[in-house]
Amino acid sequence: MNFPAELKYSKDHEWVMMDGGVAVIGITDFAQDALGDVVFVNLPQEGDEVGMGEAFGDVESVKAVSDLNSPVSGTVCAVNEAALDSPESLNSDPYGTWLIKVQDLGDTEELMDAEAYKAFCETVA
Amino acid sequence: MGSYVPSSMEQRDEMLKALGLSSVLELYKDVPEEMLVKGGLDLPEGMSEMGTMRAMSAMAAKNIVFGTVLRGAGSYDHYIPSIVKTVPAKEEFLTAYTPYQAEMSQGVLQSIFEYQTMICQLTGMDVSNASVYDGASAAAEAAAMCRARKRTVTLISAAAHPDVINTVRTYCMGSGTEMRIVPAKGGKTDPEALKEMLTDDVAGFYLQQPNFYGQIEDAEELGAMAHEAGAMFIMGVNPISLGIMKTPAECGADIAVGEGQPLGMPMAYGGPYLGFMATTEKNMRKLPGRIVGETVDSRGERCYVLSLQAREQHIRREKASSNICSNEALCALTASVYMAAMGPDGIADAAAQCLSKAHYLAKQLCTVEGVELVYTGDFFHEFVTTMPEKDKVLKALEDAGILGGLPIEEGVLWCATEKVSKAEMDRAVSIVKEVLE
Amino acid sequence: MKLIFEKSAPGRRSQLLDRCDVEQFELPEKFRRAEKAPLPQLSEIDVDRHYSELNTRVHGVNTSFYPLGSCTMKYNPRVNEEIAALPGFTGIHPLAPEYSVQGCKEVIATAKKYLCEISGMDDMTFQPAAGAHGEFTGVMLIKQYHQSRGDQKRCKIIVPDSAHGTNPATAAMCGFEVVNIASAPDGCVDIEALKAALGDDTAGLMLTNPNPVGLFDENILEITRLVHEAGGLCYYDGANLNAVMGVVRPGDMGFDCTHMNLHKTFSTPHGGGGPGAGAVGCKAFLAPFLPKSALMDEEGHIQVRSFEGNFLIVVRALAYLLTLGKEGVPEASTNAVLNANYLMHQIKGTFEPAFDRICMHEFVLDLGAFKKETGVSALDVAKTLIDYGMHPPTMYFPLIVHEALMLEPTETESKDTLDWAAEVFRKVYELAHQDPEYMHEAPHHAQIGRPDEVLAARKPVVRFRPAE
Repeated sequence: MNFPAELKYSKDHEWVMMDGGVAVIGITDFAQDALGDVVFVNLPQEGDEVGMGEAFGDVESVKAVSDLNSPVSGTVCAVNEAALDSPESLNSDPYGTWLIKVQDLGDTEELMDAEAYKAFCETVA
Repeated sequence: MGSYVPSSMEQRDEMLKALGLSSVLELYKDVPEEMLVKGGLDLPEGMSEMGTMRAMSAMAAKNIVFGTVLRGAGSYDHYIPSIVKTVPAKEEFLTAYTPYQAEMSQGVLQSIFEYQTMICQLTGMDVSNASVYDGASAAAEAAAMCRARKRTVTLISAAAHPDVINTVRTYCMGSGTEMRIVPAKGGKTDPEALKEMLTDDVAGFYLQQPNFYGQIEDAEELGAMAHEAGAMFIMGVNPISLGIMKTPAECGADIAVGEGQPLGMPMAYGGPYLGFMATTEKNMRKLPGRIVGETVDSRGERCYVLSLQAREQHIRREKASSNICSNEALCALTASVYMAAMGPDGIADAAAQCLSKAHYLAKQLCTVEGVELVYTGDFFHEFVTTMPEKDKVLKALEDAGILGGLPIEEGVLWCATEKVSKAEMDRAVSIVKEVLE
Repeated sequence: MKLIFEKSAPGRRSQLLDRCDVEQFELPEKFRRAEKAPLPQLSEIDVDRHYSELNTRVHGVNTSFYPLGSCTMKYNPRVNEEIAALPGFTGIHPLAPEYSVQGCKEVIATAKKYLCEISGMDDMTFQPAAGAHGEFTGVMLIKQYHQSRGDQKRCKIIVPDSAHGTNPATAAMCGFEVVNIASAPDGCVDIEALKAALGDDTAGLMLTNPNPVGLFDENILEITRLVHEAGGLCYYDGANLNAVMGVVRPGDMGFDCTHMNLHKTFSTPHGGGGPGAGAVGCKAFLAPFLPKSALMDEEGHIQVRSFEGNFLIVVRALAYLLTLGKEGVPEASTNAVLNANYLMHQIKGTFEPAFDRICMHEFVLDLGAFKKETGVSALDVAKTLIDYGMHPPTMYFPLIVHEALMLEPTETESKDTLDWAAEVFRKVYELAHQDPEYMHEAPHHAQIGRPDEVLAARKPVVRFRPAE
């Protein structure tokens, strides 16, 4: 299991990378492993508002669907079309496949660093 | 008297003994005593198979089967080829459950995949689901597909079937959204009114083609108006008419739905019928209900499975857009066999004959004093005429074994399908003439 | 096997219709489709052979054992098919004048009377076409009831977490907020959790009894009383009615409305996924809210589909009820329960029941420990059963038991069939200990190997398109 040191992590197994005033969000290696083969991703549209702790979309595997909860509040400024077209990249390259970028950030959930998140995953595994 | 429990009394006792029990009632020890049914249910004694056949046949005999049917209004008397009746009666097709286990259900799965394809061929749309309950519930499900966060209102033409309007209204009431009726003018949807009603909260507009009065709507024009206002365009179509008429795809529809009964199902006092639903590639994942997809098996062979299941209630639960589970699979099979047996020429022929015979009937009826067309637009196989003394006229027809048109506020709504002959229509017209002259 | 489109040949057809005997009317060009519908072109024998071949690749309950839990796959009597095909039923227009449809009216009135007696309800509609459709109708009754009283604050429907997915989906379709309450470990309602969820915003509760693991909830009277005291109504999901017909009635358990699956409990065939009929019964105070057809009956009522619903399914169900009668109805249920308990008892010692106590008409096997021991999953077992010619039980439901297999033999299987089925389960159990690898690859003798469902979902191909 991979936990890149340069990223921050949420309890809902999303990774966040702060890029200036923009939060780039994706799902973690742990999340993709738990989901199994991802077959589809539902994402918001550019310009949509997201709230901290609220669902901004969901990921589907063959027999399950899981909400994607936003660790930040703000406005969606970009959506990764490539993830929509080839959801399998969420399995093969979770950290290379961002889902949305959020700007005009308001609240941000308390996030973990790689070390803390790794320990957190061990407790829930 | 009758029973479908095969174990002998001795075997039942052996089973009880194996469980260490002396009576089946001991199996119900969790049921509070005061709730148990005392003294048996108030039902008649059971019957033998002969007795049941006799009793049910007696009920069937109390109905009058009209030899000639000139009534439609949502249920149509078409010719049903023999093969269309026999294939769905095959024991396995008939008595299988939903194809959850693909490894032993390829026959059902492939037949649904073929049905989905034929519905696309008929409507011109990209994708179809495995069916819903009927045309009215299909319209309601289509309206739900259109809704988005800021667009929740459904517009529906006043010239749609009253049962469709009422069903859509009920589903909207359930979801707490609004349905607004676009008035009709001269038997067709009023474009001026539609234009005004297409506000920025409108999610979708439902148009029936041909409409309840049989009139052919200017579907492309009305659909373009809906699109211009940012709403989706739903067409409710008669599948037989699509043998010759412009497809929903050609009219620019986002969703095509309809009552599939004309595709080989008997009128049967209203059901079982078939709701078909097809849409564009873009809206595929918004379709409710089952969808069969092609894939490969572990040996690399082509096969079929229930697919895109993460849309459905058993996975999404309260977040699913529809609760539909069982649909009308055997009716979808019936429709497939009908379409395969008729083929491109057969279905075009059926449609052309409906059109020609309805126009012949209209022309002949209008030769009778006091009978004329109420609406003057183009029509397919239904039309409305004025009719003095309509109760008397219809009764006279019924006495001669002819079910005449449906009495409605505006007059009488007639229908002619390929099944009625010129002789039958001439006879009906002469009876109308006799009564009125 | 080839698709029907791959058997099409240009110019092939059957002559099914007469020639048109009136002058041809030309449809104006602007209304005409550009090309004929590109349906397959086949002669009748091609169509017949195609569907005959497909039919050999289908497993039906009338041909072999089908213990699919919560689906009540009982035998579908042949005579009911013959009755439903009588021209006196098939040839009737739904809008024909009333005097000419007295037989249909009698079918509906009689079926209504018997089914109300069985369910303990006062009135009924046959408009819903399936179980989920019946749920929608029933919950709409609850919605109208509260609205008619001006009680606008009741916005929540309570659903146990063990419930079938249609329950929460239905409540949401009817505009209610769904309150999922945790079940007790045996799938019964946790009374404390229920009490905590109830309030003046409760519109109602949706419940099956026997519950989704096949046990009768002995607290049922307290449950319905608590809901009523809070001002809510109780909806009985009739999915498991086959356990209790003639023994105990939903109306006497305190439920206000219910749907019954005529295609399960009342023996009408499932047709590979419908048509069914979800008759909805209710107590008298809800009767004014039942659906009606705007065209057949009158405006001003809710409506869930056109006309009277799936009439020919009601015909079959009535034929079944006439055959069984007063003694046959409870005989069906008690034998369904006896068969389930006997099969559970015979399997016990290999695969273990999730709840080792008397069950109702179905039971759940818990393969959790078995999987740990052998590495063989519930899915592997299910797929292996296919090789023995048995339709697998329901897998991975209810969700509260992991590695669940749910079996419902129904009353129409003989002791001999149950003994055979138990023997097959024992063989499969032994096989898992000898050759788990073989079972991971099962089925080996089926129509196909395991399908790639991930591929199907990622790259959806949902229709045939001819090669360019």
